Amino acid sequence: MNAKHGAGYWLFHRGKDGSRAGRLLTHLFLILACIVAIYPILRVMSVSLRPGDRLLSTSLAIIPADATMGNYKEAFDRGFLLWIWNSLVITLSTATIGVLLASASAYAFARWEFKGKNGGLVFLFATQMIPAAMLMIPLYIIAVRMGLIGTWKGLVIAYSVSSIPFSIWMLKGYYDTIPIELEEAALIDGTSRIGAFYRIILPLSTPSLAICFLFNFMTAWNDYLLARIILQKPGMWTWPLGLQSFIMNFRTEWGAYSAGAIMVSIPVMILFFISSKWLISGMTLGSVKG
Amino acid sequence: MKNLTGAVIGKSLGEVGLTVLTIIVAVAVLELILYFILHKLLKHRLATPIMLIAPAAIGMAMLIVYPLLYELRLAFSNMNLYHFKNPEFSLAQGLANFKRIFTEPVLKQVTILPLLVRTFIWTFIQITFHVAGGLTLALLLNRKIKFKGIYRAFLVFPWAIPQIIAVLAWRGEFHYEYGYFNIMLQNLGLAAINWKQDPFWNFVAINMVNIWLGVPFMMITLLGGLQSIDSTYYEAAEIDGAGGFTKFRTITLPLLKPILTPSVVYGIIWTFNNFNVPYFINEQELESSDILVTALFRAAFEYNQYGFSAAFALVIFLILLGLTVLYMRISNFKPALRRARAMVAETSE
Repeated sequence: MNAKHGAGYWLFHRGKDGSRAGRLLTHLFLILACIVAIYPILRVMSVSLRPGDRLLSTSLAIIPADATMGNYKEAFDRGFLLWIWNSLVITLSTATIGVLLASASAYAFARWEFKGKNGGLVFLFATQMIPAAMLMIPLYIIAVRMGLIGTWKGLVIAYSVSSIPFSIWMLKGYYDTIPIELEEAALIDGTSRIGAFYRIILPLSTPSLAICFLFNFMTAWNDYLLARIILQKPGMWTWPLGLQSFIMNFRTEWGAYSAGAIMVSIPVMILFFISSKWLISGMTLGSVKG
Repeated sequence: MKNLTGAVIGKSLGEVGLTVLTIIVAVAVLELILYFILHKLLKHRLATPIMLIAPAAIGMAMLIVYPLLYELRLAFSNMNLYHFKNPEFSLAQGLANFKRIFTEPVLKQVTILPLLVRTFIWTFIQITFHVAGGLTLALLLNRKIKFKGIYRAFLVFPWAIPQIIAVLAWRGEFHYEYGYFNIMLQNLGLAAINWKQDPFWNFVAINMVNIWLGVPFMMITLLGGLQSIDSTYYEAAEIDGAGGFTKFRTITLPLLKPILTPSVVYGIIWTFNNFNVPYFINEQELESSDILVTALFRAAFEYNQYGFSAAFALVIFLILLGLTVLYMRISNFKPALRRARAMVAETSE
């Protein structure tokens, strides 16, 4: 950092010709931010590795001296693998259905003019403002009447639909940035409208489709409220219910809970990592919605 | 029963697979019917878009529109635990529900006004910190530095972790004896704070957690915005001798605004409706830390006042709708969007 410039210069300068000190400061700041970002989870990992008799500790060490995998084994013994499996099957299938339905609808909104189009878009946007707890009462009553309590059917349908409004907005915003001339050329060559959508628009929209899938996946994977009111038998639980049962019993099993928490975070981390190259373009172009 | 055996795998794949198959068959039948009626019979101009929208529209009608209408009806009823099977629907009952929201405590003691004020303060604090933090990190990550990808991967961590797990992990850190913050305070020779019982510090704790959770989203969208700004602008400004802050104020900020505005709108909606953080961090159920949506959840599922809660939910929805429309007005949402699209179209060629 140049002596005649202050802190403001350091932050706002784009640093092409930045001095060594300036670069060092940037790295230091980013490293500090990274530590803040991951430290709470490292603490969970630390608890998961502690032996059962001293889970509560005032030590701040990340890897305890007497680290053990006992808590992971305990979590598996309690049926954790089954809950992760249930979640995975439900989440992957609902995220796929959700993205398929939304990608088709978004194309109609992006390329056709029709009566009620703006109204439809406003409605989709307004649904984002509905508090989650607001729909729980009617959904519960409907589920009781249709006999969906204690089954996965209701959950699969609800998860498939719940992310559609946001996905349509995001995908429509992305389709809008694709020049219409590309499709027109294909239409002249005799391709049908749907053919053009399938061969031109979908491949070009990979970033946004990937992000939509990620969002759909996360919504269903992390849902607690709906699963709580619909699923009853422990054998059918998704992981949030199973994990919660570790700490809501008479004795709180922090060790098994933490081990489970680390394990359920892994699939989402992997998905985030895979889609990270699309995260920025998919998010930003999509959120600049039409 | 609790182990993952072949039989269990078969059963779960069977039930989910059957449901998925039912959805696929229903969509196929629907599309065929629409195709024959609209395309072959009527030769309707909008046959294709209708066929594209229909499956999603029917799904949303079942799971969003119908429950909403039912909710509206419920607001005019006295449904609660005693009148669950035989609720009474009447206009007078509805008016009584709405009157109670504004004149009587919503929960045990707290009334709607303090809840509303707290929700506004909460939203304002969160958006301010999310934008400031996200923008700072995005500016740093937009530089030509090494290890950018690694930093980015670590910085999105709070967003990638399942929210419930992150929130419960943080709650543990507010433990009086074993939590990270009190250990650190005591190491520094300061007095420990009663995070779970002191109303002020409990609210501070909730805010800290949500700032941590919300910065990555803003960072990612704003980083995308920064990357779409053409570098020739900066080069031209540098020739004119503009300094770092001048460039930020005259180029970065105005060109970033079109992306900032929709991100802030979504930020407001998600923060206002955030349930997990204020609900789970507030372990002792202090009414002084409740925001509107957590009070709604408690009124519905802890006090079992379904009819009253339905009315309360409608009021909350309308407040948020008003707030969002107001923000979109003052931030020139539509012109901002138009400029954003033009800008994005330019850079993506």
